[in-house]
Formats: sequence, C-alpha cells, structure tokens
Amino acid sequence: MAKITLDNLAHSYLPSPKGEDDFALKELNHDWADGEAYALLGASGCGKSTLLNIISGLLHPSQGRILFDDVDVTHASTADRNIAQVFQFPVVYDTMTVRDNLAFPLKNRGARPQYIADRVQQIAQMIGMEAELGKRARGLTADAKQKISLGRGMVREDVNALLFDEPLTVIDPHMKWELRTQLKSLHHEFGHTMIYVTHDQTEALTFADKVVVMYDGRVVQIGTPQELFERPEHTFVGYFIGSPGMNVIPAAIDGQMANIHGATVALPQAYDALDGKVEIGVRPEFVTLTEGEGLPVKVRRVEDVGRHKIVRADLFGSEINIVAGEDTSISPDMMRVTFDPAHVNVYVNDWRRAGKAA
Amino acid sequence: MTLELRNVSKVIGGQTHIYPTDLTLNKGTMNVLLGPTLSGKTSLMRLMAGLDKPTTGQIFWQGQDVTGMRVQDRQVAMVYQQFINYPTMTVYDNIASPMRLLGKSRAEIDASVRKAADLMQLSPLLDRKPLELSGGQQQRCALARALVKDAGLVLLDEPLANLDYKLREELRVEIPKIFEEAGSIFVYATTEPEEALLLGGSTAALFEGRVTQFGPTPTVYRQPVDATTARVFSDPPMNFLRVSKTGSKIMFGDGQSAPAMGPMESLADGRYLAGFRPNHVEINAHANGAMAFETKLVVTELTGSETFVHLDHHGERWVGLVHGVHDLELGAALKVYLDPRHVYIFGEGGELVAPASYALAA
Amino acid sequence: MEKTVNQKAWFLVLPVLVLVAFSAVIPLMTVVNYSVQDTFGNNQFFWAGLEWFKEMLRDDRMWDALGRQLMFSGIILLIQIPLGVFIALNMPKSGFWVSFCLVVMSLPLLIPWNVVGTIWQIFGRVDIGLLGHTLAAIGVDYNYTSDPFAAWVTIIVMDVWHWTSLVALLAYAGLKSIPDAYYQAAKIDQASRWAVFRYIELPKMMGVLMIAILLRFMDSFMIYTEPFVVTGGGPGSTTTMLSIDLVKMALGQFDLGPAAAFSIMYFLTILLISWVFYTVMTNLEKREG
Repeated sequence: MAKITLDNLAHSYLPSPKGEDDFALKELNHDWADGEAYALLGASGCGKSTLLNIISGLLHPSQGRILFDDVDVTHASTADRNIAQVFQFPVVYDTMTVRDNLAFPLKNRGARPQYIADRVQQIAQMIGMEAELGKRARGLTADAKQKISLGRGMVREDVNALLFDEPLTVIDPHMKWELRTQLKSLHHEFGHTMIYVTHDQTEALTFADKVVVMYDGRVVQIGTPQELFERPEHTFVGYFIGSPGMNVIPAAIDGQMANIHGATVALPQAYDALDGKVEIGVRPEFVTLTEGEGLPVKVRRVEDVGRHKIVRADLFGSEINIVAGEDTSISPDMMRVTFDPAHVNVYVNDWRRAGKAA
Repeated sequence: MTLELRNVSKVIGGQTHIYPTDLTLNKGTMNVLLGPTLSGKTSLMRLMAGLDKPTTGQIFWQGQDVTGMRVQDRQVAMVYQQFINYPTMTVYDNIASPMRLLGKSRAEIDASVRKAADLMQLSPLLDRKPLELSGGQQQRCALARALVKDAGLVLLDEPLANLDYKLREELRVEIPKIFEEAGSIFVYATTEPEEALLLGGSTAALFEGRVTQFGPTPTVYRQPVDATTARVFSDPPMNFLRVSKTGSKIMFGDGQSAPAMGPMESLADGRYLAGFRPNHVEINAHANGAMAFETKLVVTELTGSETFVHLDHHGERWVGLVHGVHDLELGAALKVYLDPRHVYIFGEGGELVAPASYALAA
Repeated sequence: MEKTVNQKAWFLVLPVLVLVAFSAVIPLMTVVNYSVQDTFGNNQFFWAGLEWFKEMLRDDRMWDALGRQLMFSGIILLIQIPLGVFIALNMPKSGFWVSFCLVVMSLPLLIPWNVVGTIWQIFGRVDIGLLGHTLAAIGVDYNYTSDPFAAWVTIIVMDVWHWTSLVALLAYAGLKSIPDAYYQAAKIDQASRWAVFRYIELPKMMGVLMIAILLRFMDSFMIYTEPFVVTGGGPGSTTTMLSIDLVKMALGQFDLGPAAAFSIMYFLTILLISWVFYTVMTNLEKREG
C-alpha cells in the first residue's frame, strides 16, 4: 500500500499547450492517504480518466510529478508501479480457467507454486467463485468475469494501489449492489489504497471514504460524502451530487440574512459585503413545503419516486426542487417554502464562501 | 388509439421468451416495462413493433388485427440503447428523414424539425453531424427523430442506459413532459426501478418472460401482487423474512415472536414470507409497536445524507437505508426496528396475502 | 431472431438458382457423364461404369501428383500462417504507416495469377532474371528448369510472396479488434510478450486464422497457373500438381473419361479435406473456449 502524491501535476494532449484551456487536466497538488478509498467523480470529459491513466502509468503527464510513498514514479512503467486495475469491461484471459486467471499475475512474478495455490483459493473464497475455479473463463456471465478481474487485482498482496475504471458499467442493477458491497468489505478487510473512477454519484458516494469531484479538468472538491452533501464548495458539486441537485438561488446578502426578491432567509453565519455573482444554495432535502410562513412558490408537479416525493415548484420565476417524505401529503394550500437555516450555503462566483464565526 | 395484445406469446427453439400475455395500452400514456436483463422487455417490444411475429395470440391496433403486418406498414418509432443516427447526415437531416420518407412538404418538415429540436435542446446543433455531438446530444437527436415521425406507437428500449448519471436524471425529467404533449402511446423499457418511478405513468413488471403486474406505477410499487413483482420493483432489493403465524403470534426463524398486528391479525395460521423495503428499516424506533431485530452489521455505505446498512440477520442478508450519517462499528451487533405497517405478507407461493397497511392509506 | 414470414422472398433467390444451375451444376453433371462412359471421339459413347475411377486409383501418376500437392499445401501453410501472423504482429497500430503497410501488402494480391507466374519466371532466369543471375553470380547453383529442388523453392517462394499478405491482413484485422484494456491488463499483470500472444492475441485471432487456413488450403490445393507458367510442371514431373496433371490428361492426351473421373475425385478430395479442417478447427475452438 502506498500514499500517492500528485505534485504540480497537469496534462495536455496537445504537443505545445498554449493556455489553460488546452489542458485536459489542470494543475493539481494533492496527497492521497495510504489505505483510503477514493472516488474520482465527474461527467464524461472532465479529466478523471486522464488522471487515472497518469496514476496507472499508461499516460505520462506533460508537467509535474507523481510519487508513490515519496518515490518518484512519473516515468516508471505500468508494471514497475506495482498497481492493479479493473476496467470498464471485464478483461479476462478467455482460454484460461478461472484458477489460472487468478494465478496469472503471481506466476508472472515467479511466486512459489504452494503460495500461489493458497492465495488463489483465498481470493476465490473472497469473490465467491470457489466452485467455478476449474471452469474456463469464456462461458461465464459479465458479472462473474468482472469478479475475476477484481480477484486478479486483489491477488497480489503488495500492490501499491487498486484502480477501478467504471467497473460496474455492464452489470445489472441488482448485481451492482452485490459487487459494490463486496468491494467495500474487501476494502475494510485489507485496507488497500483504492481509486475508483465513475460518473455515478451513488457509486462514488457509497464506495469512497473521500470523493474527488472533478469538473472541466479541475478538482473542485475533495471530501467525505457528508461534506460534499452538506457543504458543497462549488455550485457544480451541489448540482452534481444529490438527485435532484442543490437549488441555487440568486440573492443579496446582508449580515446574517439573505434577501431574495424582497423576502428574507436566515443564514447560519454572518457575512461582510460580497462582490460578484452572489447566490445561496439549499439542497431539496432541506426545503420544506408549508401552508404557513416562507417564500411564495407555485407547485408545478409532484413526482412520486417511491421512498420520497420530488416536488417541482416555481420560485420567483425559476425552478426549485423540494424533497418530501413518502408519507407527506401535498395539498394545494401549500404555497410557501422554508429552508433549514443550518444548511443554507452562500456562493460567490460559484465558489462557497464561509461566513464569520458566530 | 389503443394497442392491445391478446394472449401473445413467443417461443423460439423450444424456449419460451414471452409467456401468454394480455396487455392494453391507451393513447397518450407512458408505459414502462420494468425488469432485469433477459426478462423479456426487448422481446415484448419487438412483438409490439411487429419486428417479430408472435407464436400465439393477436395484436390489435385501434381495434384492427395487425398481427402479421410488417413493421414498415405500421406507425411505429423506436429508440435504442445505442445511439443510432445516420452518420453522414446533419442533425437536421437526421430528424427530418422519417418525414421525408412520408413525402411531407418542405415547410411542414421544417416546422416539425425545429419544434422537435427545440424540445430536445438541439436547435444550435442542427448543422452538425451526429459524431461531432456528445452521447447525450446524439441520443436526443435519435429521440427527436422518433418524435417527428408522429408515430402512434413509440418504443424506447433503455434509451438512457449509455448516458452519464446526471444527464440521465435530466432527460428522465424531460421525457415525460415531452410525451404528454405528443399524445402517442409510449413504451419505455428499463432495468431501474427508480427510472420507472420518475417516468410515472403505468408500469408492467416483467420477470422471466411473464408480465407479473400491470397498473399505475405508484400502485405497482406500493401494492405489488406478489413477491416477484416486489423484488423487481425495489432497488436496493426488498428484504425478506420467513415467518409463521400461530394464533395471535407471529414467529420468526430465530425463535423470536411478536404479536400479530394490522393486516396480519386476520391471517390464517401457517407459514408466510414477510417483505419490507430497505428505506423502512430504522435504527431508532420511533413508531409505537415497532418490531425489533437483532442483526450484525456487515458493511455501511454513506450517500451523504443517508446511510446504507448491510445486515446479517441469522444468515439472511438485509439492506437498510436510514436517514442521516451514522458512524457504526462494523461486525458489531445492531438492533434494527420495523414498523409493522410497512410489512408485506406473501404466501409461500409468493402471492400477496396482506399488503402493507401504509400503502393502502397512501 | 425470427423475422416476419414472407414467402415472396423465394422469388428473389430464383435468378441465383438459375445462374448456379448453368454455371456449376450442369457442367458438373457433364463431367459426371464423361466419367462413367468411354468414347472414341466420334460422339459415340459406351457405358464404362466405375472403370475410369478404378483405373485412376490404380494409377501411380495420380498418387504421385496427390503427394506433391499435399506436400506443397502443407509447406506453404506452415510458412504463410506463422509468417502472416508475425507480420501482422509487427505492423504499426496507428498513424500514417498503417495505410502505407496496407497498400504495400495488398499489391501482390491484386496481380493476376499468370502475371505472377511470368514475373517469377523471368525473375528467376539465370540469363536475364535479377534473382537467377544474382544467385548464379554469388556461386549458388540455381536453375529451376533443371534442378527439382530449385524448382520447388521457386514456386514456394512465389506463392509465399503472392499470398502471405492475405494471411497478414486477416490476422491484422483480428488483432485490431482486441480492446486496449487487454494490453493494459497484461502490462499490469507483468505478462511476457509470449504470454500476451498466447493468451490474448492468439485466442482473439483464432476465428480469422481459421478462415485464413481454409482459404489458403483450398487455393493452394487447386494451384495451377503459377507453376504451369514457371516450370510447366517440370523438371520432369517434379512440380506437376494435381491440376496440371489433370489438364495434361484432358487436353494434352484427350483422355476425357479418366480426366473426368480424376476431376470428380479431385473435387471430392478438396471437399473432404476442407470439411475435416473445418471440423477439427471448430472443435479446437470449442475446447479452447
């Protein structure tokens, strides 16, 4: 296991990048702790795969260094970095048996046969494929193959990091649960440093200790799922995490009050005068539809999504989403919304601004 | 406008892909086919479209038997999981192509194309080629083409499966709005329960070639007719517990018992299967008369505002989705609670014998 | 997937059936007709039964030709398949050189058979041919018109030159269909170059290689033009392949009966060997899978 350091790292696919726009990955400086599970989350084209390929050594960055446990591996080959990777589509050696597939990385490194046999047995038990060890990989289902890929990644005890590139793409929803849970328990048990690339917020949040949210080649926030949910550092994080995403409403800030079209909303902290585009962000989960006090809204539609309801309403001409409980009944008299003051964030030019400590 | 399947089945090479099915779909409705991979969603759609001929049964379109009619002669549009567009044509020509085949006038085509492009937010991209677009834009182009065809029946086979999560979320909101306006019969296949709920309309739950239930989406979700439907329409999967009833007591597998309450009160003595959804599992009892279960915590997953707890209840795996972020010790004992109002009771054959009482009230 | 049944489709196949009947079935029946009869050339035919077949089977000349033919096909398969795969493995995967390689490799495939024969016939001549002359100049005793070994080497090298590209192109297409992730995974697993070939490239190429082997076998087993142009079957009959022998018999000696029987056996042999090949290869594929 290793700590991963990204030092001044950036990458452009162009031979001589001119401006910042030419960089697929903009300058990064981060330390990723040993034994933690990280998820790189973002939409396609945000640079998350570029970053993963730099870490795995398939791509050499155009600037900066990458260190494993303080050793510079920027120019080391993939094999020398001692990492394991699970790909979007199951990569298995079709003509080999499941056993040989799992043993392959160990055999190539000249491990003792007895050790290999024991280790393969152990891994097969972990991924629940002991019964299939003697079968050829070709005839197996996509999720069984993906389990083999996963097992092959785990078989070496000394890997520096385990990388996952959207590994659940081809898996059925019900199986996704099983594989993800398995991955999570394996992480708890063995404490590998894991890096998981995905565009799916549920996968990212449920898998990772720390989620790295990427947007337009930049890391906009690294945080625990709870931090990302409660204190998105950028409006993009607010939008990208959560379904539906955070409501962002233009407002004027005066001390500990936000002013929206003449109506006031209480803030958790007080602010000095702010310049630029000022908005407040409130997650739909912290908005309550009421008959009494609050900002005036017009309910457009109510979507029953099972465990809760999503109310889509109109607030001073722009859309606002409200999450209501499964048992909450929505009546036509509900024409006001209130915000949970503890969960209102203030944004200036899309970046979160902390207030003065109370 | 109606599409009616009467006793339609499909057998290929001795293997039954679709068991005899009766289904009536009405004008201007959104109909979701919900089921796991290989449950028969695509097979059923192909029968509806006329791409395949049913082994038995008939298909009626507006009361007229169209069973043997070729797909070209029917009013059908289809959108697939893969983004299928004509690569050498511009977005405009792609959208216009079905109308040109119908020989519509230039002005009429232009008006429809612009309207569809507007709905799908493609207006600035009309002069581009499909391969210059992002995945979401390509799929919106395919959707627009299906829309302008003004077909009576529009079949969408997992159209959002290959798109990014967030984009999928946005289109899921858009699609029902657009379709309300169009007035055709829409059929939408998906593997994801959440997608079915967001789309609303009606849902047909499919499992291994059988339509297990068809009705308004929230009804199918809250009042499943059997354990199979409940399992198909639950993500994370529904939890199950074997119970037996003797007199006024409900006995659990581990020797625990609870007084029979609510819908369970009136049941005959015997063995049953109790089912409950993950979001109804609680780790702090707040309902009166909640049943308590001793479990072991296997894994937790945080979503930011909620926590998934994976539990081991005497060898059975349960999943719970509880509010708030909880820092719990893995491997430790955890007491979870369940409000009896949230429990469905199925017979040994899987049929629903007592619905969860909360669902009836809702 | 079953489609809507429409019986009218059969009419569309009719023209093809008629064409095939005229171009293949009727000539074949003529051959069958000749093979069971005897004639003295004045359009009088006598029933001969299986006599010609028996005679051909007793004829050493045919067995010798068959032996040479099998040896030829065997040698060129043993050279062309590994060589083709080797070339495909070493071709660039992207960039300008891909199209360059593809064009250069397609060139021999575009040249007509008899032209290939003529090129090599001249190329190998000791008096005016570049190859023959050069070899003679450096002291190699090379003369394909008198030395059977030289004649064999010439037609084999010629066939390899002509057809290896086909194998290479097919193998290349197979290789191109392997997703990058496989190579990345192999790097991570520290697989050797040989292991990458054995466990990734070869299994993924198996399908196209099977086609390549079948095509090359059938083609080489029927080879006629090139050796005919270069060596005329000589020296002696050392490069007389089955087809050359057949033509000699039918046109040179006008033994139509035996030649017809020969043709039919020739045809059946190819069919049989191809079938055996196919069955063995598909089984191999299944066993691998």
